[in-house]
Amino acid sequence: MTALLEARHVTKIFGGGRFAKAPGTVALDDFSFRIDTEPPTITAIVGESGSGKTTLARLLLGLASPTSGEVLYRGQNLQRLSAGERKHFLRDVQVIFQDPYEVYNPFYKVDHVLETPIKKFGLAPSREKARQLMEETLNAVGLRPEETLGRHPHQLSGGQRQRIMVARALLLQPRLIIADEPVSMVDASLRATILESLRQLHLNFGISLLYITHDLTTAYQISQNILVMYRGEVAEAGDVDLVVKDPRHPYTQLLIQSIPKADPTHPWHGHELPVDPAAPVAAVTHGCKFADRCPYAMEISRQQRPPLFRTDERRAAACFLYKESPKLEGTDLEQVMATPVPVEA
Amino acid sequence: MSSSPSHPVTLSPRHPDTLTPRNPRNVLEVRDLVVHYHTSRGAVQAVNGVSFDIGEGERLGLVGESGSGKSTIALALLRLIRPPGRIEGGEMLLDGVDLLSLYEEEMRQVRLAKIALVAQGAMNSLNPVLRVKEQIRDSLQDHGIQMSSRAMDARIAELLHSVGLRRDVANRFPHELSGGMKQRVCIAIAISLRPKLIIADEPTSALDVVVQRQVMDTLLAVQEEIGAAIILIGHDMGLMAQVVDRVGIMYAGNLAEVSPVGDLFRQPLHPYSDLLIASLPSFDAKGAFKGIPGLPPSLLNRPTGCSFRTRCPHAMERCALVEPRLREVQAGRRVACHLYDNAWSRESA
Repeated sequence: MTALLEARHVTKIFGGGRFAKAPGTVALDDFSFRIDTEPPTITAIVGESGSGKTTLARLLLGLASPTSGEVLYRGQNLQRLSAGERKHFLRDVQVIFQDPYEVYNPFYKVDHVLETPIKKFGLAPSREKARQLMEETLNAVGLRPEETLGRHPHQLSGGQRQRIMVARALLLQPRLIIADEPVSMVDASLRATILESLRQLHLNFGISLLYITHDLTTAYQISQNILVMYRGEVAEAGDVDLVVKDPRHPYTQLLIQSIPKADPTHPWHGHELPVDPAAPVAAVTHGCKFADRCPYAMEISRQQRPPLFRTDERRAAACFLYKESPKLEGTDLEQVMATPVPVEA
Repeated sequence: MSSSPSHPVTLSPRHPDTLTPRNPRNVLEVRDLVVHYHTSRGAVQAVNGVSFDIGEGERLGLVGESGSGKSTIALALLRLIRPPGRIEGGEMLLDGVDLLSLYEEEMRQVRLAKIALVAQGAMNSLNPVLRVKEQIRDSLQDHGIQMSSRAMDARIAELLHSVGLRRDVANRFPHELSGGMKQRVCIAIAISLRPKLIIADEPTSALDVVVQRQVMDTLLAVQEEIGAAIILIGHDMGLMAQVVDRVGIMYAGNLAEVSPVGDLFRQPLHPYSDLLIASLPSFDAKGAFKGIPGLPPSLLNRPTGCSFRTRCPHAMERCALVEPRLREVQAGRRVACHLYDNAWSRESA
């Protein structure tokens, strides 16, 4: 089956080039991943700043082109779509960005972001139908149309603006929504509401979701599968319960230990890794990129790049600690992704 | 500067008659602090009569959503509120001296020497064209510390060491450092004069979790070492649970609850605290976290009575009429909610 969206051996390097003095920054390093739409899934991509997660989102959206490798939409290279295919792509794949303040033009009423796609894609035959469609969509994300339509962006809270973005994405009935840190600028009390409206779109309309975040707890809460990225590569991937409850890669372990638990009786300071915080991040040309921070680094970690080892049926980790496990065949992470239980609409 | 004294400042009470009886173990006592921002549409009541204490070496957390007034309190304590904002009333007693009664030059000496700020984007507050050591030296000299350049270098190295940075960081420019390292430099500057009180306003919210933990560990270690009290301002209840002794929950410019951290998470008193804790995602049951319906009120025209009542599942008739006052309902726990009107009170006991 052709995947809806597929990244094949994608590498993205910023800077560098023939005349540059310094080598470029490798934002994404030989990354392969595919998103099928049947059955719809929620996949989280988790990583720190600089792990390449936003670069990945931009590549999948066609906003950036890979240095090498290719991004395919229904088997076609995203950079070489015909006008007709491109229109399909723009409808099938929607995005929600991090900052609910920057995506609006302050001069327009918020209605504008909903009217534009309706016009562009001819979603409604008349003004009344368009209005009705907008109201229905706003209701679907838990907003009251009378409190939102006709207002300017500055009159709405960050949470409301972000939910209008969810509504805009929903309007087009896409197959996939790529959400890049959709709640990181929203207050805690609204975070759950926005994530819940995204999850409802998945359940009610069968939309797949790629949830890009630095926050492992929300990733665990809404997704079925997770990819943990470290400096442009997949450190660990698979079933979210396995990865979060029993992390295998030392980097995932470090990430999970570092999350401050909202429970004073479970102190944070249990297990300190012997990491020199001031150590400069050296450019790693070969060997595991995490080796200089890893308490378990071995001789082989510094010489060879670890492949993904399939530690469980539904999980793979790129670490030589698991070299006894079989290597993941090819680069298809799909093998370790859990298939979600089909949900009735 | 000609006007700076050659020794760290000492403060003397200027208006002894305005002092309220104080607990000598409190570093800071804030009484009925009111801060408004005057806009063309009226006064935004950002902080609306907030009172709290902080003891020596204590770690107090101030939590709230955006717009709850927590950062305004930080700026008010440093008297850095700028027009259109204005401190409308109240007292801020640092070691018994009302900061609002000080002359501007005295207040300037209090900043850093007595109260230091580690701000949210502190790492971007470093001067990009000065080396780290020049920035630390400037802040020391500006507060009257005079020493030979060799002694100064040693002092700077010692400060950098205390925040986990190597000596050679002194010669670097800010752009050569990572976000976490820059935030450590800011902490080094903040503790350079051994202040009584450190105000940390979301010191790690721009950092990744792993770095956040390292920077937070550093901040708390130096805070403990110099025996300063700390006010940690933030919205991350998880961080609060791990770090502070007591938490003050802010809502719409008021304190809703002030409780020891253990009590708060075991049994939150204010309905808002309860919902806030329930809104935290965790690694436990999936789908167990839920949002708080509704929005905080406009601070331009706040509703009568309790400002949380429109979102409160327990709102009663009385909540619309009378604004609840923050009062002690259990030993060491204060809450502003009519649900506890008949509860034990120290005043009545």
